Amino acid sequence: MTVRVTAATAQRVLWQIRHDKRTIALLLVVPCFLLVLLRYVLDGRPHVFQEIGAPLCGLFPFIVMFLVTSITMLRERTTGTLERLMTLPLAKLDLLAGYALAFGLLAALQAAAVCVVGFALLGLHAPHGAALVGVLAIANALLGMALGLLVSAFAQTEFQAVQFMPALIFPQLLLCGLFVARSAMAPLLEAVSWALPLTYAYDALARATSGAPLGSALLLDVLAVAVAALGAIALAALTLRRRTA
Amino acid sequence: MVGNAIEVEELRVVRGGREVLHEVSLDVPAGLVTGLLGPSGCGKTTLMRAIVGVQIVAGGTVRVLGLPAGDPALRSRVGRHARERVGYVTQAPSVYGDLTVLENLRYFAAIVEASPDRVAEVLDAVGLGDRTGQLTGSLSGGQRARVSLASALLGRPELLVLDEPTVGLDPVLRADLWKMFHALADEGTTLLVSSHVMDEAAECDQLLLMRDGRLLEQTTPQALRDRTGEDDLGRAFLSVIEAAER
Repeated sequence: MTVRVTAATAQRVLWQIRHDKRTIALLLVVPCFLLVLLRYVLDGRPHVFQEIGAPLCGLFPFIVMFLVTSITMLRERTTGTLERLMTLPLAKLDLLAGYALAFGLLAALQAAAVCVVGFALLGLHAPHGAALVGVLAIANALLGMALGLLVSAFAQTEFQAVQFMPALIFPQLLLCGLFVARSAMAPLLEAVSWALPLTYAYDALARATSGAPLGSALLLDVLAVAVAALGAIALAALTLRRRTA
Repeated sequence: MVGNAIEVEELRVVRGGREVLHEVSLDVPAGLVTGLLGPSGCGKTTLMRAIVGVQIVAGGTVRVLGLPAGDPALRSRVGRHARERVGYVTQAPSVYGDLTVLENLRYFAAIVEASPDRVAEVLDAVGLGDRTGQLTGSLSGGQRARVSLASALLGRPELLVLDEPTVGLDPVLRADLWKMFHALADEGTTLLVSSHVMDEAAECDQLLLMRDGRLLEQTTPQALRDRTGEDDLGRAFLSVIEAAER
């Protein structure tokens, strides 16, 4: 792995996105719009908006980066550029780390936009600072990116890739505790939720946006997210084959 | 230069449960332009994939520049200013459609450590010096293929494996490319160039004739003409096929 090739890969991915102005606009505007929508759907129930909307600010980048990365990597596989790269002096880790840098940067922009709208304009509270929510959002985006890289290996078409989103992300959103407290779920579902990475991502955000002291639980949550992301990246590296049938 | 850049022995490849290369053995001499000719679907691309080491093989050996095909040492440059070892251009252009021509080249240049001057040089060599700012996806198929070719030239590879690089090109441009291939060979580069058009056989120093996953003959254009008594290389190929089936 070399810094030069990793940086070149990150720059290349950013160049690709820079040419796609509409994607950039959608990336920045859509989460903000959804948050505004949620605010008015829950009009008159600011308590519920705070409970759902505040953690949601840190979850948007997770969902979006999952989708964007899985499609980008699928394209790399189907257009032959991945095979081409595999014949060049480029380590698999250069490619994966390059993706992480580029999408991490995009996630930071997206998180900044949604946090400004949520915490500065819509009156959400972040007792430990909106910056903490932003940092957690970037960590979650990298988790989404890692899972997206991994599942792209199991999609042959873009139709399949987009459907991995409802298949893999929605169940995690339902079980993570965002809509219903995990302790109020059926024991089996609660048990399953312990095994899902988004549970820890949500838990960290819930702590960061509530008044309770942070403590070591937040660190453990972040650690769990990091382990899940690194695990997914390691598995994704195994799916990048120099030789194929 | 003497010796072989590529040595293939009894190579067998199975794809989708079907054997597509049946015990192919051949040598590609170093420093020459070798044409790999045969109809579509005869196994040219699979053979090239095996040579650059991206194809899973069922049997046999492939040695490239003295190393097993796909050896990590073939991907890395030897020493600070050494050449890249193997360059591969796939039939479908493997470049990023959502980058400009220059951005594509700059990315590949960063990987193989080629200078900005080298980028300008290869773009001129493939006749795209005036298209650098254009999005690659908006180019014609032939132009995209040349972006792909240019990116493979960046690292001055010792061996260039080109899968149908001249398909669909303007005849003038095609002639220019063949001139460039020979100029590269004169500098010591080994080229393996596939084509399904027999006209192009005349441009090669050496010929490998393939059909149905088998190597029919390893020859030169002149030897093929002499042996078959046919001046036209297309007809000569036909008589080789007829002789093989007899």
